[in-house]
Amino acid sequence: MTRTAPEKNFTLYGETFTSRFLLGTALYTSPQIMRDAIVQSRSEIVTLGLRRQNPADRAGDAIWQFIQQSGCRLLPNTAGCKSVKEAVTLAEMSREIFATDWIKLEVIGDDYNLQPDPFGLVEASDILIKKGFKVLPYCTDDLILCKRLVDVGCEVLMPWGAPIGTGQGLLNRYNLNTLRERIKDIPMIIDAGLGAPSQAAEAMEMGFDGILLNTAVAKALNPPLMAEAFADAIDAGRKAYNAGLMQKRQTASPSTPTIGQPFWHQQ
Amino acid sequence: MITISLNNETKEIVANILLSDALVQWGFGETKIAVAINGEFVPRSTYNLRTILADDQIDIVTPIGGG
Repeated sequence: MTRTAPEKNFTLYGETFTSRFLLGTALYTSPQIMRDAIVQSRSEIVTLGLRRQNPADRAGDAIWQFIQQSGCRLLPNTAGCKSVKEAVTLAEMSREIFATDWIKLEVIGDDYNLQPDPFGLVEASDILIKKGFKVLPYCTDDLILCKRLVDVGCEVLMPWGAPIGTGQGLLNRYNLNTLRERIKDIPMIIDAGLGAPSQAAEAMEMGFDGILLNTAVAKALNPPLMAEAFADAIDAGRKAYNAGLMQKRQTASPSTPTIGQPFWHQQ
Repeated sequence: MITISLNNETKEIVANILLSDALVQWGFGETKIAVAINGEFVPRSTYNLRTILADDQIDIVTPIGGG
């Protein structure tokens, strides 16, 4: 047998990708490190944002140039928006500046844990979808919220693993498993809160379709190497999901056959 | 002269100036930007139709890295 070729069946809003790893472009120590991390991640989608900037300050130019050169699909975000109006306006600004109707929709409800505001998120998703946007909502792992987001037309969901930037991993496996069990036909990407490749692999083993993260790579000692580690873990997790995990059991069961065991004699 | 807010900084600018002209004056002529005034998105195609008014709150954004 040969090695299993990468799948090409990760489809978001009608576009199909090979990589299931979406990478953020913030917090790197230099634009060059960011560029190298994107390459090593094998990502085909990167997130980015919009902020006020003095025209004399050209610090963001190199980042933008490298992002363009990466050839990745752009997924602009509405990070930091705390109201429906702010999020809708920033999405419209993003659509013009990046020439894409894809938007990672964030409506933040609390400063302490940056938890999405579920009510604002549904309302903003509804407005933006009616304006022609393809909304990828950053949401919690609440089943009913996710169902409401699907009801208003979201074709992708992005539940959190843990609050942004915490590196805590999958904090609520019950909710996440329930989400996957109850919403089978919508691609779901675990967005935020992961700190280690093993956590990404676990999410993929649970049947999630992709992983979006930023801090865990950008804040690693060697971001490009960590990006590669996440990419490998995500691939491994997906393969494991496709292969089908064994059932867990309470009692031990020998893997080596017991028949023919030496030194055993009928008493 | 009128007073406006540009990216949360108070600025004075001549009255009856078009947004397109103000953007050049502020140094955004060649920059990749998007604009909102008073929280409402202003499409690029309307920059030369929009006159800046006193007390307008203008937000001008450019691409940055994001998660």
